[in-house]
Amino acid sequence: MQQFAQLVQLLSNSTKTNEKLEALSHYFATAPEKDKSWVLALFSGRRPKRTVNSTQLKTWCIQVTGLANWLFDECYHTVGDLAETIALLLPPPATPRSAPLHYWLEQLQQLEKATETTKQTFILDAWNALDSGERFVFNKLITGGFRIGVSQKMMVNALAQTYHIEAAILSHMISGNWDPREVTIANLLHQHTTGANASRPYPFYLAYALEGLPESLGAEKDWQAEWKWDGIRGQIIKRENQLFVWSRGEELITEKFPEFTPLLTTLPDGTVLDGEIVTFANGLPLSFQTLQTRIGRKNVTRKQLQEAPVIFLSYDLLEWEGSDIREKPLAERRALLEQLVQQINLPLLQLSPEIIFDAWEQLTLLRLQSRDKGSEGLMLKSKRAPYQVGRKRGDWWKWKIDPFTIDAVMIYAQKGHGRRSNLYTDYTFAVRDGDQLVPFTKAYSGLTDKEIAEVDNWVKRHSLEKFGPVRTVQPELVFEIAFEGIAASNRHKSGVALRFPRINRWRKDKPVAEINTLDDLKTLLQLNSGQSNA
Amino acid sequence: MNVLQFTDNGIYCPAGDFYIDPWKPVTRAVITHAHADHARSGNQYYLCENATVPLLRLRLGNDIQVQGIAYGESLFFNGVKISLHPAGHMIGSAQIRVEQNGEVWVVSGDYKLENDGLSTPFEPLRCHTFITESTFGLPIYRWAPQQQIFNHIVQWIYANQQAEKASVILAYSLGKAQRLLYHLKNKIDRFLVHGAIAIPHELLLQEGWPLPPVERITPDTPKAAFKNAVIIAPPSAEDHVWMRRFQPYALGICSGWMQVRGHMRRRNADAGFALSDHADWPGLLDAVTATGAEQVYVTHGFSSVFARYLNEKGIAAKEVSTSYGDEELIITPEI
Repeated sequence: MQQFAQLVQLLSNSTKTNEKLEALSHYFATAPEKDKSWVLALFSGRRPKRTVNSTQLKTWCIQVTGLANWLFDECYHTVGDLAETIALLLPPPATPRSAPLHYWLEQLQQLEKATETTKQTFILDAWNALDSGERFVFNKLITGGFRIGVSQKMMVNALAQTYHIEAAILSHMISGNWDPREVTIANLLHQHTTGANASRPYPFYLAYALEGLPESLGAEKDWQAEWKWDGIRGQIIKRENQLFVWSRGEELITEKFPEFTPLLTTLPDGTVLDGEIVTFANGLPLSFQTLQTRIGRKNVTRKQLQEAPVIFLSYDLLEWEGSDIREKPLAERRALLEQLVQQINLPLLQLSPEIIFDAWEQLTLLRLQSRDKGSEGLMLKSKRAPYQVGRKRGDWWKWKIDPFTIDAVMIYAQKGHGRRSNLYTDYTFAVRDGDQLVPFTKAYSGLTDKEIAEVDNWVKRHSLEKFGPVRTVQPELVFEIAFEGIAASNRHKSGVALRFPRINRWRKDKPVAEINTLDDLKTLLQLNSGQSNA
Repeated sequence: MNVLQFTDNGIYCPAGDFYIDPWKPVTRAVITHAHADHARSGNQYYLCENATVPLLRLRLGNDIQVQGIAYGESLFFNGVKISLHPAGHMIGSAQIRVEQNGEVWVVSGDYKLENDGLSTPFEPLRCHTFITESTFGLPIYRWAPQQQIFNHIVQWIYANQQAEKASVILAYSLGKAQRLLYHLKNKIDRFLVHGAIAIPHELLLQEGWPLPPVERITPDTPKAAFKNAVIIAPPSAEDHVWMRRFQPYALGICSGWMQVRGHMRRRNADAGFALSDHADWPGLLDAVTATGAEQVYVTHGFSSVFARYLNEKGIAAKEVSTSYGDEELIITPEI
């Protein structure tokens, strides 16, 4: 556990990719075999099942320390991380003892059906054994989410370095569904690239944002244009007579979308499709909000299926007749894909249409219609390019439309998490409605560190009231809020819900009297309803 | 009886007609210590501990009218008795004890309980009313013994030297920097420092404080001098082009705020050392309890939390808003 705690500390402190890569690769070269597969699982989002919850951890910490609930909460809001708060509050370990990472994880897994008392005894015993660095990672293993700046790509590169395997192949080897209790890294890496595990998706190819105009890309005829869909990027895999649906986050989501079941009998074996899962009605995608009702639910209700039916808008073919065809140029893959989609002929599987254009200027104009098409801009793909791994510059570009903007005033502030701990960084904004201020969105990002420090200082001096972690502030600071979409919502007081809201800039030049109104938001809502809202 | 009052100018004693650490110019100012948020310019007369006098002159100019007294020594303003007592925060830092007709109030200024080797150690005082800081007034702030922290710093420096890197340590120029130098002097033979640290350092050496010699970094310092060097700079040097000359280097920050990971991560440092000149949570509690005060006013820091906690423990406490801050977070020119 010491070694893992040190790794986590180094990874979270370092800001240099090379240093992190070095640390990971050193870890993979030296750590106990059983620990390694756990680390791989943890850092690639394969979280172990939760057997103890955050509330229990908090309750037991309060029992051990004798702190009042409110004081614990104050600490938590300042630290911004439950696992760390507890590690900082506990008294030093009474009976220090060391054990490897996999020991603690396996013990935790065994608690699944244990009684509350057994769980408590185990946790208190662990806290009494571990030092403060270990305690932090131990608590983190329970509460989940190691956000320490290790990307999937970095981990793949570290493993590639340690095991001398090409990153793209390795990335494929470690993807899919596997259990660190049963599989070692050596097992994973000794399997044949394809076929060993039928469910395995390919790593997704991700586009960079196009800055400026597309003229810089060269001749129009070399490029394929499509609408950029705002859904869930996914892969549909049919192998060994089984169907698998994967999200970009490498999450297996087959069961969440029973609509795709007919593909099991219609897709030929050895097929992998790349595309977008979108909710769809009358030939147009619905707002992302309707898709959201389908995310995060284990079981889908009949009502949801009716209100938010999904389809797969396919745009690439990665495996065909059992062969990996990612190296073929896009034009060839696309031809095969079109043929396949036509042959299957089901409404649930559609082609993401190619936009026909002759000149970049023409495309520049077409882009302005994106919102009417229910899309968030254009995708430009080189017809000659292979399907690459991860985010690579050059062959795929996303060319999003400019966001909506609204000038709004900050009315609430709350302290942030992670590297924003103990700073007021999470704000709620309001627009005017007559002489009232109506909150309509929160935004967490978009300011520079310097601006954050300035706002934080201002909040501390201008707060009016305190509701738990939230401070109400004098409505004085005006910000321009940018967002990608707007939909009607009866869950929000303002009646609207925004997609990807963030702070565009601080309007120090603008007085509160001149901010936008609720009517302005409603006008945007109407303009945006070319996209039908369920 | 209100021996002291909180006014727009600062903490005021009506009977003695003087202020303690006023933030607006007044006639008579009693100063707890030489940090910029406590010792401001523009007052007609200053009273402080003897060791603070040269520091105050350095900061505010030679022309100020300042009187120094020793710890424990007392004087009277209009029959109000004033004495200064060690606060342990930095060289010359003092708690101000004010006594009027047998009623005793103490203003803590900034303080810490651990003996840092340079500052005269904190002295608990009995009083009726205690006005305390609360910079680190949350139970998550519990400092490790300083020896342990200095050992970590030395190990970190050695590891950097192994990796052929300079070690740049950010520490507040007045107080923290000297504490660091004092504790590292037997382990490290050579220190390079930023001008903001060199200036008070020179003064403190003249005054006879047991500090090691340092070399001031100037535009003429050759790049070769920085190889594997130990460099001490004020926090304001962070993200400054001034730092580029030290490449390759590792950056370490000495501050109580480094206790929390997130705080350290946003500073983009390679290492954070939770070394503070302020009392931690247990320190604040011990200090308050030792005063036996029946009334406590909590100023700058986590004041509402600490005041509420004291009330729940049966000590009548109130939060007071002042213009003091944490010297590390206040944006003022260094010296």
